[in-house]
Amino acid sequence: MPKPMEEYKWHELRIGCVIEEVGSAREYKTGGWRSMKPVWDESRCIKCGLCWLYCPDAAIYQKEDGFFTADLDYCKGCGICAHECWPKAIKMVEDEK
Amino acid sequence: MKKGIEVSIAASEAAKLARVEAIAAYPITPQTHIVEHLSDIVANGELDAVYVTVESEHSAMSACIGTSAAGARTFTSTSAQGLELMHEILFIASALRLPIVMAVANRALSAPLSIWNDHSDVMAARDCGWIQLFCENGQEVVDTIIMAFRIAEDHRVLLPVMVNLDGFQLSHVVEPIDFPDQKDVDKFLPDYKPLYTLHPDRPLTMGAYATPELYTEAKFAQEQAIINSLPVIKEILSEYSKKFKRKYNILETYNFEKSDTVFIAMGSVNENIMTAIDTLKKDKKSCGLVKVRLFRPFPDAELAALLEKKKNVIVIDRAMPAGGMNGPVYNEVAALLRRYNIKANLFNYIVGLGGRDVLPEDFISVYDEVVKAKKGKSKEKTNYKVIGVRA
Repeated sequence: MPKPMEEYKWHELRIGCVIEEVGSAREYKTGGWRSMKPVWDESRCIKCGLCWLYCPDAAIYQKEDGFFTADLDYCKGCGICAHECWPKAIKMVEDEK
Repeated sequence: MKKGIEVSIAASEAAKLARVEAIAAYPITPQTHIVEHLSDIVANGELDAVYVTVESEHSAMSACIGTSAAGARTFTSTSAQGLELMHEILFIASALRLPIVMAVANRALSAPLSIWNDHSDVMAARDCGWIQLFCENGQEVVDTIIMAFRIAEDHRVLLPVMVNLDGFQLSHVVEPIDFPDQKDVDKFLPDYKPLYTLHPDRPLTMGAYATPELYTEAKFAQEQAIINSLPVIKEILSEYSKKFKRKYNILETYNFEKSDTVFIAMGSVNENIMTAIDTLKKDKKSCGLVKVRLFRPFPDAELAALLEKKKNVIVIDRAMPAGGMNGPVYNEVAALLRRYNIKANLFNYIVGLGGRDVLPEDFISVYDEVVKAKKGKSKEKTNYKVIGVRA
């Protein structure tokens, strides 16, 4: 989106609110919805990738060292990763930003 | 040349003349013959269109949204419970600004189960953002379906259109109908040129969500679209009238100028009101009629200009208010009298529910009652009466 949503006037919206830019959902940083965030204990992590697989927002990525972490621009703090992590390497903690 | 034909069949022939490219429909009485005939002419190759058979009206309207979004001229038809099963999808079609045309063979809503005619189905869907036109006879149905596509697809409009025809009273009668020539229709209604289409080579998003920062602006824009469709509808009706030599307007009047007391009604009931007016004339009583052909957007300024100097305005509704103050058409008229500061006495009669016959004599009685009431005898003028209910 070329400008923030709250600056759009009604006549600036496209007919039917069509969005012509592909993948513009990326610009909407849903991380702001979060109250909890996942933290990884890399001493317990076995790099199985279940957290990456289960994340419904595709907000988890693999770092160069093979461990996983969350992109906090999009992680909504749902906790599915922590729930699915069977070696119990992920803990949900209060996000104090 | 006129041809004697069942109005339902004529409606599907009109869709064929409009060269529809996609149809998704589910049969329901009294709309059945419309979609059956379309299915026949698609199957036998007379009409080059995709016919999607679906398992419900909810899916029918969903499929119509898909074909229209892909850029196909899309038609469907339904009645009563079918229209209500589509309900949530109707709002999506209008908000996505998809020019679908739907013939609604108006029928009473269950329960009690009734297959017969009234306007309770369309009145329950009146605020779904569709343009809504009402027809009085078979000829109007054919012409209105063709005009509906022109209106819907005009880039100044881009909204879906409902063409209402009374179930059985219109859908199942055989009438002499004058079909326009295909080449004239082609000239009047060129190929649909969509503004946006869903296509794998040109990805875009239709139906994204809006946060509270955007929803108000989105709905305001949609409201402006339906308000601004009114002059375009008038222009297209007048162009059609000129080209096809049959007069169409958003409001039509009968015996109007010199009458102090006038009826306002929609649909086939207007023919009986005209008969009543002719009978009244013989008794030297003058009564007029405004036929509302366009209900959404409501032509308030145009109707106000007509009602300005009238003494008694009788609004005929064909649906119950369901706990509201009055019938739905009355509510619009009452609001416009207030907005334009018109002092006419206003009356509301609810007639013809679930196929109950309404005869010219009923309207003559209404006229007599109203003319008496204006002498200050009646306390009824702020409420409605249901004609013919046994008490």
